[in-house]
Amino acid sequence: MKAFTYERATSPAKAAAAAVANPGARFIAGGTNLLDLMKLQIETPTHLIDVNRLDLDTVRETSDGGLRIGALVRNTDLAAHKKVRRDYAVLSRALLSGASGQLRNKATTAGNLLQRTRCPYFYDTTKPCNKRRPGTGCAALAGFNRNMAILGTSADCIATHPSDMAVAMRLLDATVETVAADGSSRAIPIADFHRLPGTTPDIETALAPGELVTAVVLPRPIGGSHVYRKVRDRASYAFAVISVAAIFGKDSNARFAFGGLAHKPWRTEAADAAAAAGANAVADAALAGAKTTEHNRFKTDLVRRTLAQVYAQQEIRA
Amino acid sequence: MKDSPAALSRRAVLGGSAALCAAPAIHASANAQTAPTGKTQMIATTLKVNGKDVRLTLDPRTTLLDALREHLHLTGTKKGCDHGQCGACTVIVEGRRINSCLTLALMHDGDDITTIEGLGTPDKMHPMQRAFVTHDGFQCGYCTPGQICSAVAVLDEIEAGIPSHVTEDLDKVAFSDAEVRERMSGNICRCAAYPNIVAAIRDVAEGEKA
Ligand SMILES: Cc1cc2nc3c(=O)[nH]c(=O)nc-3n(C[C@H](O)[C@H](O)[C@H](O)COP(=O)(O)OP(=O)(O)OC[C@H]3O[C@@H](n4cnc5c(N)ncnc54)[C@H](O)[C@@H]3O)c2cc1C
Ligand code: SF4
Repeated sequence: MKAFTYERATSPAKAAAAAVANPGARFIAGGTNLLDLMKLQIETPTHLIDVNRLDLDTVRETSDGGLRIGALVRNTDLAAHKKVRRDYAVLSRALLSGASGQLRNKATTAGNLLQRTRCPYFYDTTKPCNKRRPGTGCAALAGFNRNMAILGTSADCIATHPSDMAVAMRLLDATVETVAADGSSRAIPIADFHRLPGTTPDIETALAPGELVTAVVLPRPIGGSHVYRKVRDRASYAFAVISVAAIFGKDSNARFAFGGLAHKPWRTEAADAAAAAGANAVADAALAGAKTTEHNRFKTDLVRRTLAQVYAQQEIRA
Repeated sequence: MKDSPAALSRRAVLGGSAALCAAPAIHASANAQTAPTGKTQMIATTLKVNGKDVRLTLDPRTTLLDALREHLHLTGTKKGCDHGQCGACTVIVEGRRINSCLTLALMHDGDDITTIEGLGTPDKMHPMQRAFVTHDGFQCGYCTPGQICSAVAVLDEIEAGIPSHVTEDLDKVAFSDAEVRERMSGNICRCAAYPNIVAAIRDVAEGEKA
C-alpha cells in the first residue's frame, strides 16, 4: 500500500469539502473494496477520509411510505431490516447472495454501489486497461473475456458492474442522495447513477469529484412477488456470471433488471413491456443489441434459461 | 485465562510493545514508505482487544489484522489471502465477524475486538473450540481460528434472526446444516475439513438449545 494521511469526517458536508480540497483523497466506508485495490496499488489515494462515524447508518420511512437508507447502513442490516424483508424482498435476496457473512457485516450501501469492476485485466497492473490507466487500451477485448459485458459496451471497455445490490436498487427505481462540498444536496435516479463506459470508462458514476453519497431512497412498495436469481460458478461466495431481478405483479405485469451483462444494472422498458409474452420475449427485448465475444456468447442463452426458470418458479408460486 | 502461561506471555508482550508504544513505532518506520508530505503520519488509537484497552500509535496503513499480529503479537488470527477471500483473518468486532485484513486499525478506535485468544485458552476452551477438537474440524489448522470466530458469530446471527441466501422464508430463520454451509462460505478450508466443521457447529448449536 502507498502511504496516505488519514482523517475522520465529522459531517457529510465537511467530508465533501475535505475531498475537494484534497484531489488525491478518497472516502473510506467499509473498506472492503477500496483497501483491496489499494493493496494492489490499483487505487493510490494520498489521503483517506473515514466516513464511518457519520450519522448515516439508519433506515427510516419517508413521508410517502418509502424508505431512506443511510449510506453507511451495512449490507447485513439492510438485508435483515424488517421492512426490507417484507416490502422489498428482492433487495434482501440480492444482498444475501453477495460476498460472505463477514464482508456483508462491513460493506455499506454507498460502498456497494460504488464498488469497482472485477475485470481481471483491471486487476492485473501489467496489462493495459483504459479504466485503470486511461488511454492505455483494453486487454479484455482480445483477452479471456468470459465474464465481460455484452450490452452497452464500447470499443474502450467491456467491463461489468459487479454489484448484486445495485441490480435490485435499479429494479426498485431507487434514488441516490448526495451532498457536495458547498453543502448543497441533490437526488440522482439510479438509472442515471452508473454510466456506460463510452470513451471514458474511468468515469463510472454521475458523482462530481468529492460528492458524498448520503442515502439511497426507495419509493413506496409496489407489492408483487420478488425474485433474485443469481447464476455463478460456485453455489456461494462468488460474483454473478449473470443475475435476474424480477417483480411479478398482477395481470401478467412484471419488471426485470439484469446483472453481469453491462457496466451498470441493465433494465429496459421493452423487456418490462414484454412480460406478458413470456420469458423468451423478455429475453429478446432485454438482449436487443447485444454484442458478444467468442468467450461470453453463452451469456445470451444463460439469460434465456434463467428467465425461463424464473417464470417457471413464478407459476409454481401462483 | 489469567493463570495460563499463554496469557502471561501475552501480557509481557503487551507491556513491551503496546502500552509503551516503542516497538510499534520502530516497526512502522522500518517498513513505511514516505508519505507525500515527506513524513509518515503516525496516529494514536485505542482498541479494546479481548477485554483489555491497548493503545497503539500506527501508520494509517496498518490493517486491523497487522495491528493484532505484528503490534500486539496476537498471532492466533491468521493472514491467508490478505484480500477478504479466505476468511482466515476473521475476528469479532463489536459483536460481528469481519475480515480483519480489509479494514484499517484506525477505523476501529474504541471498538471491542475479540480474537481466538479471547474466546478461550487451551485450559479453558470456548464450547466451539472444544467442538472443533472433538470433531476434528481441521487438518493443518491454519484456517481454524477464523473458522471458529466465524462459527461463534454465525450462531449469534441465526439467533438474531438474520436471514441468509438459503433461508426459504426470510422471516423464519432456523438452524440447519444447509444454513451453516452457506453462512460459513466465507471461510475456506484448503484441507476440506468441511463435514467435520459443520458437525462441530451443529454440536454447539444443539448444546445451546438443550
Ligand atoms: C471476496 C469478495 C467477494 C465479493 N463478492 C461480492 C458479490 O458476490 N456480490 C457483490 O455485490 N459484491 C461482492 N463483493 C464486493 C462487496 O460487496 C464490496 O466490496 C462492498 O459492497 C463495498 O462496500 P464498502 O463499504 O466496503 O466500500 P469501500 O471499500 O469503503 O468503498 C468503495 C468505494 O466507494 C467509495 N465510497 C464509499 N462510501 C462512499 C460515500 N458515502 N460517498 C461516496 N463514495 C463512497 C469509496 O471511496 C470507494 O471508492 C465482494 C468482495 C470481496 C472482497
Ligand atoms: S474491460 Fe474495461 S476494465 Fe477490463 S481491461 Fe478493458 S478497459 Fe480495463
